[in-house]
Amino acid sequence: MLPDHLLKEAKELVKRYKMNIKQEKEFMKRLEDVYIGSKIDPGEAIGVITAESFGEPSTQMVLDTFHFAGVAEMSVTTGLSRLIEVLDARKTPSTPRMDLYLKPKYSKNVETVKKIAENIKETKMQDILKEITINIAKLQIEAEFDKRTMKDYGLKEKDLLDILKHSLKNVNMKETKEGFNCKSKEEITLSEIYRLKEKIKRIKISGLKGITRVLPVKNDEDEYIIYCAGSNLKDALQLEEIDHERTTSNNIYEISEVLGIEAARNAIIVEIQKVLDGQGLSIDIRHIMLLADIMTRNGEIKGVTRTGIAGEKESVLARAAFETPIKHILNASLIGEVDELNSVIENVILNQPIPLGTGLPQLIMRNLTEDKDEFN
Amino acid sequence: MVDIFLNEKYIGEVDNGDTFINKIKEERRKSILPNELNYYYEEKYNSIYLNTSKGRARRPLIIVKNGASLFKKEHIDAIDKGLLKWKDLLKEGIIEYVDAAEEENCYIALDENNLNKDHTHIEISPVAILGLCTSLVPYSNYGGSSRLIRGTKILKQSLGLYSSNFLLRMDTDVNILHYPQIPLTKTFMHDIFNYDKHPSGQNVVIAIMSYEGYNMSDAIIVNKGSVDRGFGRSTFFKPFSSEEKRYQGGLMDEFTIPDKEVKGYRAEKDYKFLEDDGVIYEGAKIKADDVLVGKVSPPRFLGEFEEFSIAANVKRESSVALKHGEKGVVDSVLLTENEEGNRLVQVRLREQRIPEVGDKFASRHGQKGVISYIVKTEDMPFTVSGIVPDILFSPFGIPSRMTISHLIEIIAGKVSALSGEFVDGTAFDVTPESDLKENLLKMGFKDDGTELMYNGITGKVYPARIYIGNIYYLKLKHMVANKLHARASGKIQLLTRQPIEGRLQGGGLRIGEMEKDCFVAHGAAMVLKERFDSDKTVIYVCEECGMWAVYDNYKDKESCPKCGSKVKISSIEVSYAFKLLIDELKALCVYPKIILGGKF
Repeated sequence: MLPDHLLKEAKELVKRYKMNIKQEKEFMKRLEDVYIGSKIDPGEAIGVITAESFGEPSTQMVLDTFHFAGVAEMSVTTGLSRLIEVLDARKTPSTPRMDLYLKPKYSKNVETVKKIAENIKETKMQDILKEITINIAKLQIEAEFDKRTMKDYGLKEKDLLDILKHSLKNVNMKETKEGFNCKSKEEITLSEIYRLKEKIKRIKISGLKGITRVLPVKNDEDEYIIYCAGSNLKDALQLEEIDHERTTSNNIYEISEVLGIEAARNAIIVEIQKVLDGQGLSIDIRHIMLLADIMTRNGEIKGVTRTGIAGEKESVLARAAFETPIKHILNASLIGEVDELNSVIENVILNQPIPLGTGLPQLIMRNLTEDKDEFN
Repeated sequence: MVDIFLNEKYIGEVDNGDTFINKIKEERRKSILPNELNYYYEEKYNSIYLNTSKGRARRPLIIVKNGASLFKKEHIDAIDKGLLKWKDLLKEGIIEYVDAAEEENCYIALDENNLNKDHTHIEISPVAILGLCTSLVPYSNYGGSSRLIRGTKILKQSLGLYSSNFLLRMDTDVNILHYPQIPLTKTFMHDIFNYDKHPSGQNVVIAIMSYEGYNMSDAIIVNKGSVDRGFGRSTFFKPFSSEEKRYQGGLMDEFTIPDKEVKGYRAEKDYKFLEDDGVIYEGAKIKADDVLVGKVSPPRFLGEFEEFSIAANVKRESSVALKHGEKGVVDSVLLTENEEGNRLVQVRLREQRIPEVGDKFASRHGQKGVISYIVKTEDMPFTVSGIVPDILFSPFGIPSRMTISHLIEIIAGKVSALSGEFVDGTAFDVTPESDLKENLLKMGFKDDGTELMYNGITGKVYPARIYIGNIYYLKLKHMVANKLHARASGKIQLLTRQPIEGRLQGGGLRIGEMEKDCFVAHGAAMVLKERFDSDKTVIYVCEECGMWAVYDNYKDKESCPKCGSKVKISSIEVSYAFKLLIDELKALCVYPKIILGGKF
């Protein structure tokens, strides 16, 4: 009757409190009663209760952003806006964030952690350029390096020019005293040269794509963690220094792509709980699990929207009762859909008993006159 | 170079902004430039904005020069003698009006003690930061700002004497408090504002204590004796009007007792108060459905004349009658003419409102509550000296809201009532709490405002001493009599056959989407069905084509308009709204076929 881990725990307790056989029997009976009592009854409206459990506390939530103070300031959206983001399954969070855990080898020393963090942070050409202008007369781009930041990043002019030559085609690069000049090999118009300038500005020099800020923080266990603004799980996990087991992102889609749908389901639960903890609210985890299960049951993440799980309902009437009724009814009439009236909303519309709670069990009575022979 | 804008329009530029501003200021103070002119120097954008336009909120401030206020003792003396007026102060450049933008360039001292060299202005009085209504709250510097805002909002909703000629007016839905009193705890604004000529509340004895648990969640308990003696009694006035309109073709309305033949005739008893001219008499005691002004109108469409040539029954009845839940006495009837020369009748209904359970009351500190219980005087707690409180206020209303001003007003009111003098509670300038306590001690009471009290029911002494004193209480315009509503069955909408909406029409109370969810969450399927079956209908379905069939009551036979009477036709019980939905889908060229199946 009881699951294994409960049974094991119960037996330990029996041993610890030195129960006699009678006491043990009574204890096991009561434990079983509690276990059965905490199971969900058939016909319980778990979906509605989940919705209400989310709906009520979310009215008390406040718009709130979480700030990391310090050199690299970072903010993370929390509260209702983040909850909506997770439940709607937005492709990218408004503030993507990654928590990089390091292997024990690297995670203790401040200097090594700082170096790793520096290498992760995405550096673009515009970060190390003091000035970049278009010389209209010569139809060329003239750029000037910022020597001080270059020194900070440990970059040399020669390397930079190599990167530039590598990533730009059909151009002539010329090194100058302060920086470089860049001219197209072909005849180009002014707007094309402007586009070229913008392209040069965005060229990645080092780091992981999308990581705009890094912040190494010491946690309670004297271990350094790198908080990153921006998320690039795929590339981050390939780094040698990273602990693959603990490193996470708050981008659920990314987790789903890199680690699979089960990880995404877990991420949904974790993200929702993070929001609730931040607001000092608590919802039974089973509600959150139900929601996460339904959002990920097809192997891909679906939001609680009319394009997501609400649009996947069997019943035409139920879909029409949610949003965009005309679209659903017309489509249903085109393909000749049949509504079996198996769920709640349809039966409310028709004023029939809903198949939940007391409406679920149905009595079948034998017709005594027909079955008389059997009884005699 | 600094850009100059006059009323948001660019007019030129100057070399030095500061000298320009100083010149503007000097000339305005010398009344060379109009005193409505205000400036704003935005140094960040190197521009000066001059404004003379209307619609800017401005306030007066005393000018400060070299760390000294220009408003001196000699001015005060001159004002006292009546030699100096406000206008003169403005003209002499002692006071000037500053708008919101110019305030950004000012450095304003709150009072003379904090004045230093950098200040440009000084407040006339610290209380000037409060508005008219806000100044009416005593001891307002002892409470939180949010409570003060609520207190002022409540003051605006209080009943009083809104106008002394109210008996001649036809205002919509107004209330008059019967025995308004001047508050014992006043502020300076009460005197300026002539508040004693039109007060809007009553002084009551309040005890902060619980009573049988009836005053939880902001409810208040009221003494029946106080109510009988006139506490919170008010009169509600409501006007009705009707006009003899003229229509095309020389037709017009007519005030009369409608003929029984008239279309839409009400019951005969509804017209019983009408006199021969079709208008009700003054002093009639009326209730719902009684007609105030009998009126018949010509038919809406002239075409009706040709079809039915009997002219009498074509007229429409269009009387003015009391709606569901209204009652009262006819206070006055006015017969007059309107601008177009049409006859106009205005009737004013009067109703006395005695405080009842559910009426809303409040103190001036944002402490509002509804009456939850009216206790017989003999059951009320009483003090050693025999004082029986008028109101019992719950102690739980205080800690989370921190309205200390409410508590101090109780002590101040007590001092005032005992000494026979008004207490001043002007913000920042109050009679100090220590003085109040001293006075209480002198008069033989405990200085913390508490007294020993007896339980009115058992006669035993309460183990705790009770905080008791006098406070000014307001009756607010929200009364249950205007809001109470319930119904079992009644009018339904023609289209959907669902109950109509609104209290005045006697409509139903909606079980909304979220209420529905509650029933679903409880699994109460049958209750849900029962609650929603206000529009249930039995309807026949052709099992062949799945469309609505017809039942002929006369022949006791069902038939399908499409498939005839030989097909199988069954009856189902559904909501009328569903039938309507199917019909509307058919109108959209969607064919919703209904497939019936046995449930078991």
